Amino acid sequence: MSFDLDTVGLMDYDQAIETFDPVMGLEVHVELGTATKMFCACPTDFGGEPNTHVCPVCLALPGAMPAVNRLAVEYAIKIGLALNCEIAEWCRFARKNYFYPDMPKNFQTSQYDEPIAFNGYLDVDVDGEIVRIEIERAHMEEDTGKSLHVGGATGRIHGAEYSLLDYNRAGVPLVEIVTKPIIGTKAAAPAVARAYVGALRDLLLSLGVSDVRMDQGSLRCDVNLSLTPAGNPVFGTRTETKNVNSLRSVERAARYEVTRQAAILAAGGTIKQETRHFEEQSGTTRAGRSKETAEDYRYFPEPDLVPIAPAREWVEELRATLPELPWIRRARLQADWGFTDPEMRDLLAAGGIDLVAETVAAGATPAEAKSWWSAYLGQKANAAGQSLTELPITPVQVAEVVALVNSGALNAKLARQVIDGVLAGEGDPAAVVAARGLAVVSDDSALQQAVDDALAAAPDVADRIRSGKVQAVGAVVGAVMKATRGQADAARVRELVFTTLGVDPEA
Amino acid sequence: MSPSPPEDPAATGAPALTRADVAHLAYLTRLKLTDEELDTYVGQLSVILDSVAQVSQLATPDVVPTTHAVPLTNVYREDVVVPGLEHDAALAGAPAEQDGRFRVPQILGEGE
Amino acid sequence: MSSPSSSSASSSSTDLTRMTAADLATRIHSGEVSSVEVAQAHLDRIGAVDGDVHAFLHVSGESALSQAAAVDAARANGDTLGPLAGVPLALKDVLVQKGVPTTAGSKILEGWLPPYDATVTTKLIEAGIVILGKTNMDEFAMGSSTENSAYGPTRNPWDLDRIPGGSGGGSAAALAAFEAPLAIGTDTGGSIRQPASVTGTVGAKPTYGGVSRYGVIALASSLDQVGPCARTVLDTALLHEVIAGHDPRDSTSIPQPVPQVVAAVRRGQNEDLSGVRIGVVKQLHSDAYQSGVLSSFDQAVEKFTALGAEIVEVDCPHFEAALAAYYLILPSECSSNLARFDAMRYGLRVGDTGGASAEEVMMATRGAGFGPEVKRRIILGAYALSAGYYDAYYGSAQKVRTLIRQDFEKAYLAADVLISPASPVTAFPIGEKVNDPMAMYLNDLATIPGSLAGIPAMSVPSGLAADTGLPVGLQIMGPALGEEQMYRVAAAFEAAYVAEHGGVVADSAPALATAEVTR
Ligand SMILES: [Mg+2]
Ligand SMILES: [Zn+2]
Repeated sequence: MSFDLDTVGLMDYDQAIETFDPVMGLEVHVELGTATKMFCACPTDFGGEPNTHVCPVCLALPGAMPAVNRLAVEYAIKIGLALNCEIAEWCRFARKNYFYPDMPKNFQTSQYDEPIAFNGYLDVDVDGEIVRIEIERAHMEEDTGKSLHVGGATGRIHGAEYSLLDYNRAGVPLVEIVTKPIIGTKAAAPAVARAYVGALRDLLLSLGVSDVRMDQGSLRCDVNLSLTPAGNPVFGTRTETKNVNSLRSVERAARYEVTRQAAILAAGGTIKQETRHFEEQSGTTRAGRSKETAEDYRYFPEPDLVPIAPAREWVEELRATLPELPWIRRARLQADWGFTDPEMRDLLAAGGIDLVAETVAAGATPAEAKSWWSAYLGQKANAAGQSLTELPITPVQVAEVVALVNSGALNAKLARQVIDGVLAGEGDPAAVVAARGLAVVSDDSALQQAVDDALAAAPDVADRIRSGKVQAVGAVVGAVMKATRGQADAARVRELVFTTLGVDPEA
Repeated sequence: MSPSPPEDPAATGAPALTRADVAHLAYLTRLKLTDEELDTYVGQLSVILDSVAQVSQLATPDVVPTTHAVPLTNVYREDVVVPGLEHDAALAGAPAEQDGRFRVPQILGEGE
Repeated sequence: MSSPSSSSASSSSTDLTRMTAADLATRIHSGEVSSVEVAQAHLDRIGAVDGDVHAFLHVSGESALSQAAAVDAARANGDTLGPLAGVPLALKDVLVQKGVPTTAGSKILEGWLPPYDATVTTKLIEAGIVILGKTNMDEFAMGSSTENSAYGPTRNPWDLDRIPGGSGGGSAAALAAFEAPLAIGTDTGGSIRQPASVTGTVGAKPTYGGVSRYGVIALASSLDQVGPCARTVLDTALLHEVIAGHDPRDSTSIPQPVPQVVAAVRRGQNEDLSGVRIGVVKQLHSDAYQSGVLSSFDQAVEKFTALGAEIVEVDCPHFEAALAAYYLILPSECSSNLARFDAMRYGLRVGDTGGASAEEVMMATRGAGFGPEVKRRIILGAYALSAGYYDAYYGSAQKVRTLIRQDFEKAYLAADVLISPASPVTAFPIGEKVNDPMAMYLNDLATIPGSLAGIPAMSVPSGLAADTGLPVGLQIMGPALGEEQMYRVAAAFEAAYVAEHGGVVADSAPALATAEVTR
């Protein structure tokens, strides 16, 4: 018996979780950031003219043969090591046989039962709680080409009259990271899925093996989900939801499948093992139309390639190059910097951790660095619809501005103008200062004249200061700043006012 | 539908290869067969399978399979771009082309 | 056979098409003849006899003549020429050559022009070898008779009503018909050796990985090997050295220096075989072999004894399962290799009516574009790989392969080379086995064990069968990378045959009636 969603609807999420335990498996495909494809020397650059990054190998012309990219293997080993996996002593590529027009050979060269990395884990912070996600394996494979469906109403596959194929992406190296079943997360399952993919993204970025752009498809997640009656150890039938292309979508897709499957099961139906597709706009999943099942793939070892047996020395060399894990590094930086949890979280959300770290490395204090990046530059980024990293200013330039402020050469207002100049492409801070003539007026004779003028213009204020109302100095300083168009060093102006009037402000 | 495995193809003699099995295999390998072809292949393939079934008798668990006659491992290419085909050459053999892409009939179903 | 009526070429003693490649190379290098004259003589011969023989699917007359002219110009310029520079060759249609129609004998590739060269094609061109055209073959190299070509069968020059062997029947027939002194073949289960055997020519399958497969349309990747074919052992060796060697574009290619097979041939021609142990494989000498084949083989054994070799009998019990293992491994790999012919990017497209889906067009194209043997093997292979059958079929076959390899290893402890008939029968009539796949498969009985083990093996004519009067091939098998000892033994045998008969077997091939050549 199978149920149509239209007849059973969705179950309320909380009710679903009371009745069922979700079991998840997450498959993340990451496009490696190598210069060339997995099995040929074509470039992997994103966004070239269609069919300009192709050769006999990735077009599967008759007679062409694959040759393994060594760097792709190296990246796969690094990923495996960072995920605490064992690295295979010996493994192979296999052929996964099925026909699809975006796959030129009509088989995918992929690792099957002999992955390069297996049995690992990743500890993920889910709202302050560490959840260990067990990794089944990380294996190497190749991407497909891209099809453009023409003639249908929406450009979607259904109703298309024909399709146009671009094989530039065909053969780009992928590593597929597969978790073991994630059980016992109950209501948090969608949040765990999101946190895991987010942590994986950070990890892959820190390894330098991929640009992990979910929006460009260089990181993609398939969410396998099944429900099992609460307390029942037997797994239910799972669905595999593909096309989940943002962290938010990972969470939504998992949540949707829980409510969809729960409704069907509660109505006495059975879940069909199938591939589903996530619809970004509606937040729903719909069934795919794949006629082949996993049984039909006819895997066998790729006879055009020889086994991969990574030398243990190589593996250990790669282990030694692994960077500090992102969350461990963040904890260390937070302790060094003395930031609060909310401060750190905001900074992380804005993508500013590395920028602050580099600004500190260039000489600023953590507070100064944070202040610039999360306040003024944060506003600038928001206004421009950019991320902090996309702003055309470097941490070194920010640190230079900080140093100019500390030396007294700039005040806060001028410093913001210097930053504006750098963002406008006027060059380094020193160049902006010179070109815009923004240096603080520190020439005492010029300042003295301005102070004298200000005091002469406001004799009543001068009298009040003389009489001991030292806070009245602010009005004189303000007038001087105005007269110098903000280019005066306010502290120095204050000193000059007191000296001129013969007042000791400490007295 | 997938052919159901016999207990042991060798022990049972000729494995029962049905017409439905051949039709499914023909679909998996995207071969449009006539009814006559189907019938011919069911008969011929059964004879061939019968005569090749002896391999499973020799293939005892202690024997390591040979996938390559010459044992090589770790053959790699360095990650250096080499120009591939010119755009025109890549598309020259295309049965149909449009906008620099291979034009193909409508694709039903979804990829992997 | 009728005798030649007329020909544009002169009498046989000075006929350039009757000469060996080595002889032609010497004359071209000395300036006695030009490469263009040699190429033209062979193109004329093709024009005269190929209507009957049908060895070629495509004749590259213009490019052959311009290649030849380039060699002549290089010679005139005083450039150093390779040992076979200027000599013509017939290329099996399974190797791609840029801009030259390449079909692998299949309708599904009709009209396709490859945009790139196979590594072997590049090596041939760089060596100054003149490529006359592409030769006929069983579709995607599946067959032992060349009757499975979508473009009609090739006929055996020894008897035009008989098959020239297969899958490389076109290459072998081109040699036997004196249309080319050199040819390239590919051998998956015997497709070089069995055609050589039934046409009285020489063909060698190198050690697996000895010659690059890049640009060779794959049949069974773990078995396919490219190899040299000619009418003499020396010519075969000369060509072997041109095409062999490591290729980074073929990951299964062996990183080993090119074997010195020409030197090995000279040694075989000049020395006897004392101290050489020759193993006769017990399992490859049985009732399954035609009596005329066995008697020719027995005479060959006597000849080896006379040459001073030590004859030993070797036992290779698992060879009896070789055919079974082969007919699981090959279809499995080919079912996957041939998946790329899907009407999307190149080649035939059938049924694209506008309403049809990509899947329907793929099915219609593959259904119409592949011949019966190809479809049969694709289905068989898909079955052998399917879940639940993999272990029993494909997996078991790979284990049998291990057992066969071990049989060879043991045999090579007792013998330096192994010998057997190359084909169980002499050339049979066209049409005789075409509807009986099992009978056809038996033609590769003797050649398949060597293919599964990846060892080098060759066929050298041992004479004519007493019962049919048709050529018989002697198979000589060396251990992996043992090309040099294999060629030495082959050359010694051939020298003894020539001493006795005044020429190689191919020299006594019928002259063939020639059509009037129109240029
Ligand atoms: Mg995958
Ligand atoms: Zn490529």
